[in-house]
Amino acid sequence: MADNRILLAHGSGGKLSHELVKEFFLPVFDNPILNRLDDRAEVEVAGVKLAYTTDSFVVNPLFFEGGDIGKLAVCGTVNDLAMGGAEPLFLSVGFIIEEGFSLDMLRDIVTSMKKTADEAGVKIVCGDTKVVEKGSADQIFINTSGIGAVPEGVCISGDLAKPGDKVIINGFIGDHGIAVMAKRQGLSFKDRIASDCAPLNGLVKKMMEVSKDIHVLRDPTRGGVATTLNEIAAQSSVGIVLNESALPVREEVQAACEILGFDPLYVANEGKLLALVPAEIADRVVDAMKHHPYGREAAIIGEITADHPGKVVLATGIGGRRIVDMLVGEQLPRIC
Amino acid sequence: MCLAVPTKIISIDDNIAQVEFGGVLRTVSLDLVPEAKIDDYVLVHAGFAIQIVDEEEALKTLEMFREIIEHEVS
Amino acid sequence: MKFLKEYRDSGLARDILAEIISISKRRVKLMEVCGTHTVAIFRHGIREILPKNISLISGPGCPVCVTPNKHIDEAIEISRRPGVVLATFGDMMKVPGSASSLEAEKAAGADIRVVYSTMEALDIASRNPEQEVVFFGIGFETTSPTIAAAVLRAEKENLPNFSIVGAQKLIPEAMRALLAGDEIGISGFICPGHVSAIIGVKPYEFIAREFGIPAVVTGFEPVDILQGIYMLVKQIEEGAAKVEVQYNRGVPPEGNPHATAILYQVFEVTDALWRGIGTIPGTGLKLREEYSRYNAVTKFGIEITGEREHPGCKCGEVLKGMITPLECGLYSKACRPEHPVGPCMVSVEGTCAAYYKYGKRSD
Repeated sequence: MADNRILLAHGSGGKLSHELVKEFFLPVFDNPILNRLDDRAEVEVAGVKLAYTTDSFVVNPLFFEGGDIGKLAVCGTVNDLAMGGAEPLFLSVGFIIEEGFSLDMLRDIVTSMKKTADEAGVKIVCGDTKVVEKGSADQIFINTSGIGAVPEGVCISGDLAKPGDKVIINGFIGDHGIAVMAKRQGLSFKDRIASDCAPLNGLVKKMMEVSKDIHVLRDPTRGGVATTLNEIAAQSSVGIVLNESALPVREEVQAACEILGFDPLYVANEGKLLALVPAEIADRVVDAMKHHPYGREAAIIGEITADHPGKVVLATGIGGRRIVDMLVGEQLPRIC
Repeated sequence: MCLAVPTKIISIDDNIAQVEFGGVLRTVSLDLVPEAKIDDYVLVHAGFAIQIVDEEEALKTLEMFREIIEHEVS
Repeated sequence: MKFLKEYRDSGLARDILAEIISISKRRVKLMEVCGTHTVAIFRHGIREILPKNISLISGPGCPVCVTPNKHIDEAIEISRRPGVVLATFGDMMKVPGSASSLEAEKAAGADIRVVYSTMEALDIASRNPEQEVVFFGIGFETTSPTIAAAVLRAEKENLPNFSIVGAQKLIPEAMRALLAGDEIGISGFICPGHVSAIIGVKPYEFIAREFGIPAVVTGFEPVDILQGIYMLVKQIEEGAAKVEVQYNRGVPPEGNPHATAILYQVFEVTDALWRGIGTIPGTGLKLREEYSRYNAVTKFGIEITGEREHPGCKCGEVLKGMITPLECGLYSKACRPEHPVGPCMVSVEGTCAAYYKYGKRSD
């Protein structure tokens, strides 16, 4: 924090965000549960294993193709729980609303939250509302936190990737970031490009029915697939090789990325998960995923290696190889 | 940063064109290529069309590729 | 996606590569002048697949990187004036000036907006007549006609609240300066695709004629780049030195005469200060007398003194291809993308940023 101020990039999910967490928050809050830096904390209360997480939502625009800030707020927290193999149970919600905000819009947001919570099978059981003066917040900010139960025998964490594991994604990457960005950059599409925003606990359940031996689950939201895989490579001290030609990217999303100068690997997703599973069960897991509405385009996109620990390498379409680093700076501001 | 992809002109209104690439639509100024017409492919830079893509030359380039390869095979 | 898939075809790329390997005997150093080429070369892993005797050297073609602190300081100073909206391309935000950056000024309250086009800046000016909208314009021959067109529109639409900080540069004379002081032994140039789409091929002819070095105007897709390299290697092996065009589909020999006419209606050629390189005659643009009212620096009476570069920063040598980023003491230590010291680490097409992003941290 060279110039002693928070920059937008500190919230981008990339390198500066990590620096802020590691150098600023961790030393102060220091405890073994937090220090694991998973998307959720796992705590044991009276012999029961619980997963606990929180997330805040400041997306602009509030409504976009395929979703809105309310749906995001439920999916984001549900997915953070599901990525530990936990069954999401209860959510809290906090609203920070700017004076003058439309009640009709608020109703639409709340209705959307209820609908998504029903789909995910979670209950919103407590909440809080604050209203701030006009100009003190941008329309509405939402925080949700959630609690889930971790089933017996499930052990999923970012530090458990093993050489030989396959990397699976449940479908097209970059849809959410591009759907939101397009609206801001005056791009439109011949066919509708919608955010992939979805609760993934149902899909995870299907995957765990195949085998509980799933090593890592992570949702590649801010910073995209590239940043998430870098986190896993670092946490597990393994190398990851991605196959460029196996990456599922919609033509429109690829095209929009070319136009905006983005790389789909760094574009945010809100309904995607990356699963690292032993090679011998990978095909069966992908098969099961393909039978779920949020996993139809599931594919194996790479594998874990003992070489180059901590690094993600992409085998390019023309036969070259290159390092895929974490997102640095701000590719897409405020999209989750 | 140069945008390498050619986009196709869908419509023109008062020197502002709607262009399409891979299903993505956007508007660009035709101030620098006033002779561009609908169905032309144009190179776009910073919101302006800067050049009309020559389809015949594009085919020739591909032909040149093939010659290089055939030369290699023979 | 027409004109794209065929130029990313992996089979074709491998075939051309095999042909390069079969004809290439000599040790050659090819310079890609344009930053977009640098990024494409890294993104597709082209350096790694070329035979060892072919080195690719990145040149001075990243407009953000060659912009000296003087202009950044000017833009920062203007952004601090009340009632000013400063609009610029995204990459300029993080470039450190002498004491601050636009990103830091924005965090401190200045109204600085990232735009994709000069037209967006004009749009802001026409919707906010009570505010002064200043476009911080950087770029080469590709971008400058768009800035000229915006100035003409501002005149036509009578927008007195629009002005520019002009820091644009011209490429061919910079290549001459590079060759005149060549300390690295450049054996061929991969010439920029879109600069050439505007200026055509004639401005490069001196390279072959006066310096006996081949030059090939090349497109940006992997197959384009490999073919451009093939054409250069072939000329070198045959002892030829010509200017050729690989990127025929986008570069007619005469370029875009209409765009150059607009460019030189608004601007005239002057000398320009390049970061780390110094003043190169005939590589700058200034507003002609009849458009001088659009010059933000004189409009706001800005005078920058005491601009300074970071003492350890070797961006200048990197820009000339004299050293790779790995030979700079700051690279990946004090100078990283999240805390850049020099502009080559800031711009997405800066050589240092490309090295860092694509994982070249040490030899």
